[in-house]
Amino acid sequence: MNNSSQAIGAVMVVGGGIAGIQASLDLAESGFKVYLIESSPAVGGRMAQLDKTFPTNDCAMCILSPKLVECSRHLNINLMTLADVLKVEGEPGNFEVTLRLRPRYVDLEKCTGCGACFKYCPVKVPDEFNLGLSERKAIYLMYPQAVPAACLIDMEKCRLCKACAKRCQAGAINLDDKERINKIKVGAIILAIGTDLYDARLKEELGFGRYQNVITALQFERILSPSGPYLGHIKRPSNGEEPKKIAFLQCIGSRDLENPFCSSVCCMYATKQAILAKEHLPQAHCEIFLMDMRAFSKGFDSYFHQAQERYGVKYTRCRVSAIKENPTSKNLLIKYQTDDGEIRKEEYNLVILSIGAQTSNKTHELAKALGIDLNEYGFCQTKEFTPLETSRPGVYLCGPFGEPKDIPETVTQASGGAAKAMELLVTARNTLVEEKTYPEEKQVEGEEPRIGVFICHCGTNIAGVIDVKEVLEFVKNLPGVIHAETMLYTCSGDSQKIIKEKIEESELNRVVVAACTPRTHEPLFQETLREAGLNPYLFEMANIRDQGSWVHSKEPEQATEKAKDLIRMSIARVRALEPLYGISLGLSRNALIIGGGLAGLTAALSLSEQGFGVYLVERESQLGGNLRKIFSTLEGNSPEKYLKELIDKVTASPRITLMLNARLVKTGGFIGNYQSVVRVGGEEKEIEHGVTIMATGGREYRGEDYLLGKDLRVLTQQDLEKVLASNPEKIKNAQTVVMIQCVGPFKPYQEKPFYCSRICCTVAIKNALRIKELNPQVQVVILYKDIRTYGFKEKYYNQSREKGILFVRFSDEKLPKLGVTADNNLQIEVEDFSLRKSLIFQPDLLVLSTAILPAEGSDELASILKIPLTEEGFFLEAHVKLRPVDFSAEGLFLCGMAHYPKLFEETVSQALATAGRAATILSKKELKVGGVVATVFPKKCAACLTCLRACPYGAPFINQEGLAQIEVAKCQGCGSCAAECPAKAIQLLHYKDEQIILKEEALLEKFGS
Amino acid sequence: MNAQREFFEPEIVAFCCHYCAYAAADMAGSMRLSYPTNVKIIKIPCSGKTDVLYLLKAFEAGADGVFVAG
Repeated sequence: MNNSSQAIGAVMVVGGGIAGIQASLDLAESGFKVYLIESSPAVGGRMAQLDKTFPTNDCAMCILSPKLVECSRHLNINLMTLADVLKVEGEPGNFEVTLRLRPRYVDLEKCTGCGACFKYCPVKVPDEFNLGLSERKAIYLMYPQAVPAACLIDMEKCRLCKACAKRCQAGAINLDDKERINKIKVGAIILAIGTDLYDARLKEELGFGRYQNVITALQFERILSPSGPYLGHIKRPSNGEEPKKIAFLQCIGSRDLENPFCSSVCCMYATKQAILAKEHLPQAHCEIFLMDMRAFSKGFDSYFHQAQERYGVKYTRCRVSAIKENPTSKNLLIKYQTDDGEIRKEEYNLVILSIGAQTSNKTHELAKALGIDLNEYGFCQTKEFTPLETSRPGVYLCGPFGEPKDIPETVTQASGGAAKAMELLVTARNTLVEEKTYPEEKQVEGEEPRIGVFICHCGTNIAGVIDVKEVLEFVKNLPGVIHAETMLYTCSGDSQKIIKEKIEESELNRVVVAACTPRTHEPLFQETLREAGLNPYLFEMANIRDQGSWVHSKEPEQATEKAKDLIRMSIARVRALEPLYGISLGLSRNALIIGGGLAGLTAALSLSEQGFGVYLVERESQLGGNLRKIFSTLEGNSPEKYLKELIDKVTASPRITLMLNARLVKTGGFIGNYQSVVRVGGEEKEIEHGVTIMATGGREYRGEDYLLGKDLRVLTQQDLEKVLASNPEKIKNAQTVVMIQCVGPFKPYQEKPFYCSRICCTVAIKNALRIKELNPQVQVVILYKDIRTYGFKEKYYNQSREKGILFVRFSDEKLPKLGVTADNNLQIEVEDFSLRKSLIFQPDLLVLSTAILPAEGSDELASILKIPLTEEGFFLEAHVKLRPVDFSAEGLFLCGMAHYPKLFEETVSQALATAGRAATILSKKELKVGGVVATVFPKKCAACLTCLRACPYGAPFINQEGLAQIEVAKCQGCGSCAAECPAKAIQLLHYKDEQIILKEEALLEKFGS
Repeated sequence: MNAQREFFEPEIVAFCCHYCAYAAADMAGSMRLSYPTNVKIIKIPCSGKTDVLYLLKAFEAGADGVFVAG
């Protein structure tokens, strides 16, 4: 940027999957205007198509949906669907983007997504969302929870019969809609475009597209989904029968000549799908045919173990080369080699192809429009040390577009990409964001309830089943109801105006809307109340559509009665509701970062670039952590040089206070307002900070396995790395080097849980290649269980095989044995898994790929900060999928190996992510807290500490009077403390016992109790 | 009191977590599935908010079944 004063405080995010959504939310929450560009009709991306997510089996849609809604409602996110990027001109800080907005033929402002039109549309087409396993109409909603919740017309299929236009009571159909070209100005661009999937038809030998019961993993995901084509029942597409034998084939379109990389997620999603299949059909036989099991991330190995031990999923190491169909039974014949070396033929009822990721022509066109380079695989070209930057300055990326990756890593990169954009546009922060102002609130306390009830027809969605007139007459007579009316669409713009007018005219002080679900629409109506000068908490919704007319369409009379009940219940509760007020708190704009390795340094630098203060606490006397022990990278860059530059920048920053030889002693406070004590040398210093970032790293395991520490010929990979850098002659003259993978303080799956340290396969291969480079004559042997060179690391695995590095697979039951011969040679004996033969090597050097352990003192820090640890001792994030760098206590974040072992570039992404997440807090003018929070009635409190134990967020504490008190800024409003309190001394505001019980009693009062 | 009804139709009160079970009930609607009308859902912010008191009150007031989902 030539002149920083010209920077534009807006960012374009391309791609509305989970990556684009996360990046948009982080940016919009930290003072930037966001244009979120999505080419399909709705946001949600691939994640919206998934049933569950590994390794926690969380429902994908349940965790995604709130983010979709948040994104669409955010004042500073401009969501543009059916939009394509045509051209990007300008320079970092000041881009002009040309967009094409394709016609939807349905007015976004008017359509409520009610779906009444589908019924009348005569055109049926295969549903792309369900990958052709079901049909949709020519007018359709992309998926049931689509955001924006608006239909669209598939003009290629539409017969222009106008049946929809005649039936749409909202008048939303616009058959004359035209394509438009739009220009927007933004300071930075984030690409979150994801990838496409491999087209399985290209593997003709597997019969996909010809054999009905050969399906892709994504199709199976839709089959498993309760909203999918078979409503969550597993059936064979050919005849609807439940399959008894299911085979999963791995690496379809990955790890082959066509796509010589690993798609990183397929081993885990197949494992998940097999587990889910066993949950649906416990008798079914599920077998996964694979090469290596790549369970390389947090919790993956124990999930893999669970699949085998608890669910009986079978894993067979064989790449299946062909499938034949039995034309009568439509069963599928697979010929394979068993782990015992026997060739066998088996019939399966259903075969699932684990297809990999790849990019499409569309990606290539977009790359051209943006002027960015793609790599040899057609993914985004990035550099090792800058994983989130494209070849064009000011254009960043996140998610699988850079390399195939799973959801948490995608979300991490999204927050990291947002941080890069924030750094670039630091001078433009808060220049383009809007803030809404509201009229002063009327005081209604002490007034008799004056309730307004608005009953929605939702076109015919409600009124077609429920007799709304009858409901209206019933409602009018309920106590406290001053005004009641029905509306065609309560959520429309005109209706908001009417509601506001009625609040004024009839001096209403409570409002009930009987319509759809509060989950999506409550914020809209609460906004209307605020605009009318009413406190937004004096509101209640009765869900008579999603939980009324839609589920009881065949029983209109009972549905009408139920609607009356639900509204009566809402009226009972709304009478007892009280206005709630948040409070504004000031905050410290400093971050405390614990750990001065790559993660801590990267986070510190990003925050300082963004104008925030940083206290960087490092317990050693110098910065750099583990990076000081790394001397080469896979792509031949110099980590030493990078580290030196990074340390120079950090040291030079006036906003970073370095604290070396320092330890955190104590911390207190809450989000925005933490106070901590750090011991530096012998002195204790008090600091104030708004957020805390844990970047404490990890360490190499150095146990006594295989004579480590006793025989100088036995090294760890870190030792070898050092020798390669400082004394390469020693290696050059060796004849044989043997490496053993997976050496750690655990007996596989026994005493301590085995976990994959993720980086060791890649590091071993890097070092093995380096040895071959020094002297191709050295025999290098790698003894392994699975080679886990995920993503593009696969290239180096291929290279090492080409260079003659020998790979010998051993099994958990038969670990390699080390001995010393009479003439004092090291001797390794190992049984090769596939040959079933014992092999003996006498290496000059034995290199152990030892596990990565959490840094020493992690448990102590965990107790100071009250944050949880995993079974392995790494810090545990708030949610493994969608909050990968947050702790559940707000304002605390984590990155680097403190989270889990990871490679260099992954640590950089994650550290940037914490900077992005931290900035959403540090950039706030003030913190708004309160509202629906718990509150203690001191007279009833016996200080029994039950609430302190019940609260997952650490909100209750014992105050100076010796009684429980809730830290409002920490309370998330779950009410667990209120339910647990034996003295009933705690109430959750807005959900007080009385407010809930009144609702119950209103429902049951018809029984005259 | 149930004797007043012609056929025995149990009245069921369901306490559902806003984030999961309540969302699942909405989903049943989006997919146009069906279930009997005598289930009435009360939304709570977390199933951890369910108080024994609510369960007992429901029975006291005449509910035939109480269902907690989260």
